[in-house]
Amino acid sequence: MLYQDTVESEILVHKPWFIASVFAVVLAVFLALNLTGTTMGELMRPVIGDPLESGLYGRFAIAFVIAIVFCLNLVMIGFVPLKVQIGIVWLEMLILFLVFVKTLNLNLPFIWKNLPFLITQGIVTTLYVSAISLVFSSLIGIVAAVAKLSSNGFAYGIASFYTSFFRGLPLLMQIYLIYLGLPQLGIVMDAVPSGILALSLCIGAYMTEIFRAGIQSIDRGQWEASRSLGFGFGLTMRRIILPQALPVIIPPMGNSFISMLKDSSLVSVLGVWELTFLARTLGQATFNHMEMLIAVAIIYWILSICLELIQSRIERYYARSKVR
Amino acid sequence: MTVSSVVQLKGGPNGYSNAAAEVARPESSSDRRSSSQGQGPLSDTVIEAKKVSKWYGAFRALTDINLTVRKGERVVICGPSGSGKSTLIRCFNRLEAHQEGEITVNGIRLHSKMRDVAEVRKNVGMVFQHFNLFPHMTVLMNCMAAPMWIKGVPEAEARKLAIKFLERVHIPEQANKYPAQLSGGQQQRVAIARSLCMEPAVMLFDEPTSSLDPEMVAEVLDTMTSLARDGMTMVCVTHEMGFARSVADRVVFMDAGLIVEENKPHDFFTNPQHERTKLFLSQILKH
Repeated sequence: MLYQDTVESEILVHKPWFIASVFAVVLAVFLALNLTGTTMGELMRPVIGDPLESGLYGRFAIAFVIAIVFCLNLVMIGFVPLKVQIGIVWLEMLILFLVFVKTLNLNLPFIWKNLPFLITQGIVTTLYVSAISLVFSSLIGIVAAVAKLSSNGFAYGIASFYTSFFRGLPLLMQIYLIYLGLPQLGIVMDAVPSGILALSLCIGAYMTEIFRAGIQSIDRGQWEASRSLGFGFGLTMRRIILPQALPVIIPPMGNSFISMLKDSSLVSVLGVWELTFLARTLGQATFNHMEMLIAVAIIYWILSICLELIQSRIERYYARSKVR
Repeated sequence: MTVSSVVQLKGGPNGYSNAAAEVARPESSSDRRSSSQGQGPLSDTVIEAKKVSKWYGAFRALTDINLTVRKGERVVICGPSGSGKSTLIRCFNRLEAHQEGEITVNGIRLHSKMRDVAEVRKNVGMVFQHFNLFPHMTVLMNCMAAPMWIKGVPEAEARKLAIKFLERVHIPEQANKYPAQLSGGQQQRVAIARSLCMEPAVMLFDEPTSSLDPEMVAEVLDTMTSLARDGMTMVCVTHEMGFARSVADRVVFMDAGLIVEENKPHDFFTNPQHERTKLFLSQILKH
């Protein structure tokens, strides 16, 4: 959370000028949108008569009602405590999302029918490809970060070339290069190992920079104290520097892992049966594209939320030495 | 060392005295000025610097430093800021590398070989201006870490050792707290205990009280004084002239990377030989 001043500030959503301008903007937007042909128009039928015949009056009435509801909502939210505010906003956004999904007129039975297969095949494949890449990319990250910080020109050269190359190429390109290029050198790999290799190398390059920054953020005095007690390099790194660097490293690391979870969808171009691949193939055959895409999108979202929760749990664990 | 000061040190305010002090005194009270050169590794010389020079780029930080510290001796190094006193003390456990001359610690010559440096560091405790405690470990773990991981002391024994030295610096009740929960003075005393847990042959103090509130300076100096009374060999960079006067066997005054003057505290303070020393003392003792 940002720094909280002790000065009590006035609540923005209770200022008349603010509410008035929000009202005007919402009114203008919905006037321009013309919702007479939608569910909104049907709901307003008692007031405006046949929505399609109501013309400008109907448009105005609908926009007016929406603007009133929106502003009332804002003012009400201003009265409740922070935690409730967050909950209400989340709930409302979710409802809006569901309304949006609803308007797509999805074939729900088709989703339910395919969901078990999406979970047993798709999620499992996505998760294990991501998890293995996660482990490898972290290992690559630590080693390359140390190499990049070392005074060894050879190690530095290799590590900086590696990060430059793999951060500079699109991941899709790397996947193709590894899957199609390596066999020309006589190394033939299956789709899944190629995908894992490409993901590990790419995310590993980002992890390198994250670890390097984390290690460098630790005060020089920690190294000196540790070395003056007689700890060697490995011991200092493992027991003193990395444990302190982790709280700095974990937020960007969580970021990388969440983006990797989603980048694993690129492996679908190799024909690996993970979520995105299944979504396309299952949907294509029966022209239920949108059903599968929405279903998989929500699954990716849930998985990301799980990763976020794990990240915040770890952050809390490492914050324990900062208590006063 | 005069006889009177030996007596004064042995029978301190608490009537404190122990075996280490008894053993250490007679050796170091011999005429160390004349016998300090040319000692073999078996002698009681703990630190010996011979014509040590160090450069930072083109800047010469240390110039032909000769200094010998013998077992049980307390040497205070003082001087204006930028005079190279911290650099010198950091050379003694090779946190800094010297380029010319020779430093021998506990009979081992310091050079860039990791094995020898590690051996030296095991036997040399260091206390820093900014404590440098490990913030992610409890106070107890800070003290247990080095004996367990370096010497391979079993955990139970390391814990006993840690508690013993935490009692020695009078804060055993803080053992399970994290460093951030302690005051500056307490943190510095933990740092002293952490170094003591390795049972070093010599303790180096690099301005241990410079970043402390005035009230906390006293508790740290008391701890150091009682260490000195137990016969610990100490090299101390400090501006605490009262401490130097009451505890030191020798005061070394440095300026611009040179040792300008080296004398017994009484003579140093009452009868400084060099103009630079006189100026420094007049500045520092003005208030």
